[in-house]
Amino acid sequence: MSATTLPGLRQRTASAPVVRRRRLGPGKPIRFGAAIGPVLLLVIWSIGSATGWIDQRVLSAPWTVVTTAGDLIADGRLQSNLWTSAQRALIGLAFGIVLGVVLALISGLSRLGEAVLDGPIQIKRAIPSLALLPLLILWLGIGESMKIVTILLGVFVPIYIHTHNGLRTIDSRYVELAQTVGLSQWEFIRRVVLPGALPGFLLGLRFAVTGAWLSLVVVEQINSTSGIGYMMELARTYGQTDIIIVGLVVYGILGLLSDAVVRLIQRRALSWRRTLAS
Amino acid sequence: MATNVGLVTVQVRDLVRRYDDRAVLDGVDLDIEPGEFVALLGKSGSGKSTLLRALAGLDHDVEGSGELAVPENVSVVFQDSRLLPWARVHENVMLGLSGADERGRQSLEEVGLAGREKAWPNELSGGEQQRVALARSLVREPELLLADEPFGALDALTRLKMHVLLRKLCAAHQPAVLLVTHDVDEAIVLADRVIVLDAGRIVAEETITLPAPRSAADPGFAAVRSRLLDALGVSV
Ligand SMILES: Nc1ncnc2c1ncn2[C@@H]1O[C@H](COP(=O)(O)OP(=O)(O)O)[C@@H](O)[C@H]1O
Ligand SMILES: [Mg+2]
Repeated sequence: MSATTLPGLRQRTASAPVVRRRRLGPGKPIRFGAAIGPVLLLVIWSIGSATGWIDQRVLSAPWTVVTTAGDLIADGRLQSNLWTSAQRALIGLAFGIVLGVVLALISGLSRLGEAVLDGPIQIKRAIPSLALLPLLILWLGIGESMKIVTILLGVFVPIYIHTHNGLRTIDSRYVELAQTVGLSQWEFIRRVVLPGALPGFLLGLRFAVTGAWLSLVVVEQINSTSGIGYMMELARTYGQTDIIIVGLVVYGILGLLSDAVVRLIQRRALSWRRTLAS
Repeated sequence: MATNVGLVTVQVRDLVRRYDDRAVLDGVDLDIEPGEFVALLGKSGSGKSTLLRALAGLDHDVEGSGELAVPENVSVVFQDSRLLPWARVHENVMLGLSGADERGRQSLEEVGLAGREKAWPNELSGGEQQRVALARSLVREPELLLADEPFGALDALTRLKMHVLLRKLCAAHQPAVLLVTHDVDEAIVLADRVIVLDAGRIVAEETITLPAPRSAADPGFAAVRSRLLDALGVSV
């Protein structure tokens, strides 16, 4: 079939069967590609530790970290510190979420509320929560309330911003619909406002969770007597890099887990967004 | 304000609505009898939606004058189905109504969507969404149904099916209807009476007496259509 009288075609069949367009995207994803970087780091770390190229005082060997984690779990220190930290984060998160949602509702549903609340919160937003620490320590001391309030302050701002934005951008056509079917104020809030603002709220929640962990790390290293951050701070004074690494790994796992939980909630709560096409 | 509504469902007298000192409705008079189907034709920008919104009580901030009497129980169908995307079909139909879930189910059955109660609006086609919107309007048993180009976004075939459905529903529920459309044939097929709005005034009115399955092939149909097109300023 290739031996035809069309030389141009024949030549093409021989050398370049199909004209391929140059690929512009990065190409097919590599299997387990996301694991390559971390594994490589782990390998370098192991080799460095084994050959003595990495000083144990600067960075403990991976196997030391693993056995230290085992010891910490065996004597219960890791669990009790983790529990304290988780409690702080959850309490701060819970109060921050409630505060953020309530303020967003007040400011989103009434012009007066917006006039009063939105300005101060935008100003608060411009100041990093952690910059308020000196004041909070003066006002609240160095106890639990200071820690929880600091976390709360880092949480309520993203919740407020995104929920408020969600409220403000609810399609006015739905407001009109609510009028024509004669919804009461409360039904309007329940049927239209809250579900309409939910995507915004959940976006805010993802930022809030990240913010909660960040604040937690900082407050736990200030005059704490318990918590993961305290455990790490104590380890620092004794130069125990293995314990510090265990703490870092725990923080990392907590961050990843909580983000996964929020994304799961997002998928469940916004299942109506899935369409025929997807 | 509410004048004595005896035999009419809707009574509009000398209705004026202004946007930025420009009269968009300029002295409209209109009566609609109980159960009467009125189609409102007009060029784009002639004030059709403005009139409909006035009747629906949706023009709070619009300046104007005139007398307006409409019944308590009015339903509106918009050009977009305006279903709440986060509420299932059934909840959309029953929005703002308490209890009696059975009514919602029946209403969906009436528009040919039995068994789709639990679907999300996003899972329905455009025509199906608009049928849900019809169910939502009619489950309230309105005395007046206002519809602003309800089939304007649908394809021609779906639109024909919707005409049949709407006729059937109106026969069953007997609301007075004001249907805004820019489709002359649609107006003639569906309505008892067609009025033409131009620059905020009613400039023509046709009572349609053609026999029931109305067809564009009917010579009477063609005559009405050419008169209406004339009133719309379209020469054929
Ligand atoms: N909210 C508004 N603000 C200013 N002008 C408007 C508004 N709504 C409608 N108009 C004007 O009123 C006129 C009639 O509009 P409308 O009733 O929507 O026309 P139709 O529905 O017949 O196409 C148009 O010229 C439009 O620009
Ligand atoms: Mg219009």
